[in-house]
Amino acid sequence: MGDSQYSFSLTTFSPSGKLVQIEHALTAVGSGQTSLGIKAANGVVIATEKKLPSILVDEASVQKIQCLTPNIGVVYSGMGPDFRVLVRKSRKQAEQYHRLYKEPIPVTQLVRETAAVMQEFTQSGGVRPFGVSLLVAGYDDNGPQLYQVDPSGSYFSWKASAMGKNVSNAKTFLEKRYTDDMELDDAVHTAILTLKEGFEGQISGKNIEIGIIGADKKFRVLTPAEIEDYLAEVE
Amino acid sequence: MSIFEYNGSALVAMVGKNCFAIASDRRLGVQLQTIATDFQRISKIHDRLFLGLSGLATDAQTLYQRLLFRHKLYQLREERDMKPETFANLVSALLYEKRFGPYFCQPVIAGLGDEDKPFICTMDSIGAKELAKDFVVAGTASESLYGACESMFKEDMEPEELFETVSQALLSSVDRDCLSGWGGHVYVVTPTEVKERILKGRMD
Repeated sequence: MGDSQYSFSLTTFSPSGKLVQIEHALTAVGSGQTSLGIKAANGVVIATEKKLPSILVDEASVQKIQCLTPNIGVVYSGMGPDFRVLVRKSRKQAEQYHRLYKEPIPVTQLVRETAAVMQEFTQSGGVRPFGVSLLVAGYDDNGPQLYQVDPSGSYFSWKASAMGKNVSNAKTFLEKRYTDDMELDDAVHTAILTLKEGFEGQISGKNIEIGIIGADKKFRVLTPAEIEDYLAEVE
Repeated sequence: MSIFEYNGSALVAMVGKNCFAIASDRRLGVQLQTIATDFQRISKIHDRLFLGLSGLATDAQTLYQRLLFRHKLYQLREERDMKPETFANLVSALLYEKRFGPYFCQPVIAGLGDEDKPFICTMDSIGAKELAKDFVVAGTASESLYGACESMFKEDMEPEELFETVSQALLSSVDRDCLSGWGGHVYVVTPTEVKERILKGRMD
């Protein structure tokens, strides 16, 4: 394709108006493990597959869902190490906001600043874009919120979204199942069912991760035992 | 002579029932010479938040401009006004940034917070916050102001009575201070309106 001549330099537009490196970054995201998020009336749930490369890996040490502040959590699809860098930067930005204003950072502001960091890496010399898309779930004074942030730095607010492998099936499934007045528990069930759709092998509390935040504004990751309980309810 | 006493100033803020008052004198001097009798020491940040700055007038003006700048950007980004407590933290952080070359100002912050609860505070020139439930004072006349406010203050005053109290406290204190005076400027703020009044006292 004519575009390939322009895929060496990140900071150069191709004739078709694209930044090819960002397209490639989105491909990296698209081949990552499925993750999804659902915004309920009284909270938000985010979930991801946790497929490990071998049974010898200690799965308790792998944490794909992280919290950025006590009331904001995040999950990703794509490259794990890039995700860790972004989590670190976002946590620092949230704390800097708190130091200045003694207020917890609103979800929109944190998403905006994280997206600005990701955009920086698409317009600077000698760096490459992040190979992750993030799903940020938070609960602040404006209620429950769910945002997706892409490698280009664009962000969108979603009622429900999915990323990674199997994204089109997952999104179709979510479109059918989503209702505006869903409660948090229903949303968790729907999230599990959506993950199950494209899951290879037997789903269990050890190979998926779920994070929830409710009206108590405290983000937490569910334990494998709690996930097993939800799985039993779904069967 | 102290740099804080170069221009002369008097500031007081008082809490009433679901309202607050913030008042200042109007003199701007250069040591013993008076050069203005209509100097604005109190500025509005937004409809429910007022900032008074005592001390060196040039630093007061610059600090006000910087704070207004920060608040305007905050309004654009977050699509809401800053709460008084949040603003007070911002002022404190900004002042401490200049710890070893400070602004020679003492700010007085007064505003209506959530549920129309009045909030007042003052801080020193490097950002040490002092919250109060009744009144805060600043400026060259601060010692007289402390005495006057302590004796005249009552809890839960209505806006009209609060205005009388603040005015009496201010005028009697600046009369004992040669560097402040030439009238007073009083703002009484309730959830529904802001009343601005000029006082005529001893014009010296």
